[in-house]
Amino acid sequence: MKYLTEFRNGEIAQRMAREIHSITTRPWKIMEVCGGQTHSIIKNGIDQMLPAAIEMIHGPGCPVCVTPLELIDKALAIAAQPGVMFCSFGDMLRVPGTDADLFQIKGAGGDVRVVYSPLDAVELAVKNPEKQVVFFGVGFETTAPANAMCVHVAKRRGLRNFSVLVSHVLVPPAIAAIMSSPGNKVQAFLLAGHVCSVMGYWEYPPIAEKYRVPLVVTGFEPLDLLDGIRRAVVQLEAGRHEVENAYERIVRFEGNQPAQKLLAEVFEVTDRAWRGIGVIPKSGWRLSAAYREFDAEERFQISGIHTQESALCRAGDVLRGAIKPAECGAFGKECTPRHPLGATMVSSEGACAAYYNYGRFISAEELARTVVSG
Amino acid sequence: MDGIEEKSAPDFSGWSCPLPLADYPTIVMGHGGGGKLGNELVEHLFLPAFRNAALENLGDAAVLDLPAGRLAMSTDSFVVQPLFFPGGSIGELAVNGTVNDLAVSGAEPKFLSASFILEEGFPLAQLAAIVEAMAKAAATAGVQIVTGDTKVVERGHGDGCYINTAGIGVLRAGIQVGPHRAKPGDAILVSGTIGDHGMAIMSVREGLEFESQIRSDCAALNGMIAEVLSAAGDAVHAMRDPTRGGLASTLNEIALASGVGIAIDEASLPVRAEVQSACELLGLDPVYVANEGKAVFFVAPEAAELVLSVLRAHPLGSEAARIGRVTAEHPRMLVARTAMGANRVIPIQIGEQLPRIC
Repeated sequence: MKYLTEFRNGEIAQRMAREIHSITTRPWKIMEVCGGQTHSIIKNGIDQMLPAAIEMIHGPGCPVCVTPLELIDKALAIAAQPGVMFCSFGDMLRVPGTDADLFQIKGAGGDVRVVYSPLDAVELAVKNPEKQVVFFGVGFETTAPANAMCVHVAKRRGLRNFSVLVSHVLVPPAIAAIMSSPGNKVQAFLLAGHVCSVMGYWEYPPIAEKYRVPLVVTGFEPLDLLDGIRRAVVQLEAGRHEVENAYERIVRFEGNQPAQKLLAEVFEVTDRAWRGIGVIPKSGWRLSAAYREFDAEERFQISGIHTQESALCRAGDVLRGAIKPAECGAFGKECTPRHPLGATMVSSEGACAAYYNYGRFISAEELARTVVSG
Repeated sequence: MDGIEEKSAPDFSGWSCPLPLADYPTIVMGHGGGGKLGNELVEHLFLPAFRNAALENLGDAAVLDLPAGRLAMSTDSFVVQPLFFPGGSIGELAVNGTVNDLAVSGAEPKFLSASFILEEGFPLAQLAAIVEAMAKAAATAGVQIVTGDTKVVERGHGDGCYINTAGIGVLRAGIQVGPHRAKPGDAILVSGTIGDHGMAIMSVREGLEFESQIRSDCAALNGMIAEVLSAAGDAVHAMRDPTRGGLASTLNEIALASGVGIAIDEASLPVRAEVQSACELLGLDPVYVANEGKAVFFVAPEAAELVLSVLRAHPLGSEAARIGRVTAEHPRMLVARTAMGANRVIPIQIGEQLPRIC
């Protein structure tokens, strides 16, 4: 625990915030890529500590949010089949497909299980040979090694009743897509610390160079985030655009090499659709030819999916940083965590849910005025 | 897991006539059929464990002697899985849950009913362990279990054992507490660490077992609450036991019921280091995690120190803390001052917390 509390020291945080105030001379727009960082910023109130000139834009780094509707609908169709045991991380269960979510499939008799590790799904396949066990393998580079490992183990053990519905997405192509999109406002990025703990940051110098944008590898605790923001502002103010590592206790330049080796064996790069954004070339992973037999899309051949996104939902604009959640007309009205129109309202990491949960009711000024005394 | 092994091997020797029960090591449909098997359960298990005058009549209803005045009544059903967990079992929960609901209403709990819905095939030894736990919990809380019922459902139609308890308590004269009575200026106290029960259950839930020292805080609070009320009387405005949905849900409910704002200081929340770590690991927030042996008190500010000292002097309240206050600002909203010195709204959750992907 000491490892965490050290990075949650309120006094040091105030000092770092003051330093950011003192070095900021102009307005800057900084995107934190990862949903976990969005969550931490809002939960700890870090956005309230920053100068008004610094705007944090919440990026597309929530795997729940960017998984395309078509794939959610496929998951629902597979999970509803008799003889299937459908395993997923917890927060995918409430993501709305076109007509239902996994909770509703479970309520209607589907065998839907929450697992905490992909390897638990492999164990379920071993214990239930009469069932087809399917794991919903979503996420960024962070969850990829464990997902790759489960397929690797399933192959080694010769499991015929295990498959994975893969929707892996990658950070570097997303940053490139955001930077080259018309009307882009983002001027610097906080890179997702946990993604970089796996992949390192050797992929990023060409991006910093091409788009002339500062990229700072950043952690998730309040002091990590403030340090990442501070370093981004220092670069912006000085007109520099470098890749910097503000999460040195976890991240090395080359990353986790054995994990990268496994990923290269199990997955291959593919074009991937991002919910609310569209197809980004070479922005995801699918199972490589050697592991294709474990691909649930191949095994179940679900067809006839007709997706229908809500016409009101502007999740795509939120994910690209074009609007803040509250600027969407449906926010807090037609769209709430109880009746989400889009995935950004579902996941606890989703930008819309984070705003709704932590900031909906009162303005930042009003919050700042509230005095708490024991 | 020691507690479970201990409980699955009950001591049959104390029973008046163990033989008939021992013939059936598991529950069969006949145990709920109103015939001989059902009677044996009553005579050899429930009656010896819960023994009291009102129960012994074995009438269709218990006949009770109660003083004139106002009564409080409450009911709760218990479906926890697993049935046995570090620090307790469904048996203690079923007694303490209803006792605590009465106690936080300002009543002195007196009598409980207990209804069991058992699944065919449920091991009798486990039922005996649960009943024994209930008897002990009732004795500790000073309540009597005076009536009950048993039904058996076919295998696959239940989860081993469900229990419903209902309770009657006598309201103390002159005490007016309720969730709608919190007033701006009130101090908010919690009787100890939060999140222990929920994380103890998580640590043994199928598919998630993790090694930890976390134990459920399951306990009857009526003794501690009686001391608080004797000392502070009508300076206590509202009390509640923050069970499902945790402290955050309870505080939000009171903010809504009283039409007031609630401001708490996150740094003052008592959370065990193990509970905090387990929550970090799973992406959960301890303010939403269930408690089964904690109470939250809304008291007039001038009585806050007195109530805190009464709580801390009680074995169940040694880690009591003052966590915030009621305010006329931001009505119907719970706002926490974060450790960073910023503020955040803590909303009511839609469903249960879901562990996050990464």
